[in-house]
Amino acid sequence: MSARLTTRQVGDVTVIDAVGRITLGEGSALLRDTVKNLVAAGNKKLLLNLGEVSYIDSSGVGELVYSYTTVTSQQGQFKLLNLTKRVEDLLQITKLYTVFEVHDDETRAVRSFS
Amino acid sequence: MTGITDTLLASTLASVDSAEAMVVESAAALGLDEDARMDLGLAIREAMVNAVAHGNAYSPEKQVRLILETRADAVRITIIDQGEGFDLNKVPDPTQGENLMRESGRGLLLMQAFVDEFSVKRSATGGAEVVLVKYASDTGR
Repeated sequence: MSARLTTRQVGDVTVIDAVGRITLGEGSALLRDTVKNLVAAGNKKLLLNLGEVSYIDSSGVGELVYSYTTVTSQQGQFKLLNLTKRVEDLLQITKLYTVFEVHDDETRAVRSFS
Repeated sequence: MTGITDTLLASTLASVDSAEAMVVESAAALGLDEDARMDLGLAIREAMVNAVAHGNAYSPEKQVRLILETRADAVRITIIDQGEGFDLNKVPDPTQGENLMRESGRGLLLMQAFVDEFSVKRSATGGAEVVLVKYASDTGR
């Protein structure tokens, strides 16, 4: 199953709900375009919900890095929500786990944005 | 079920998907659990992307050879491209320094993390030859 992304607004935080696989090709391009468009539209508080993401490859990990650097370079904040064990393992292996702010509760995650 | 299949694949992203599916199916027949199958599938995916994108540069003139050997205790996959090959020792460590925030360069790290045996060398025809082995159980390691 390829990726599907939907966005919703919770206060001034944009939550991106991702479902499926974020891999080279359609899935990674979709995430890149979504983040790029959100930032261009002035949304600088992004929370990516990965709870329904079954699988990410190195290209998908690269898109998480792209998202983070794109948002933070615009003085915004990019955080992750609800990592599956597989995605958490991937971020541990790549040593990116400490780069991202990771939450497992949406309400608390939304409140954490300054 | 044991045996060897030797397949030539086009240098496309569709080949990445079909190689992953083929190997995961064999792993299931060998009795690997879902986590192990996903680990192996990810490693194959990364190796195929390397071969298709970096080795063969998506050239319609070049193919990727996939040799899938299913043994009683393991799955062994050899992926050979028609590129220039590469030296593993010269590949930057993606977990160190400024490489950490690069958008690419993690494929080899993930391949090594998700299989039991990994090796790469220059093939007889000059391209990269990557070998990945996943055992059916911990006892085989």
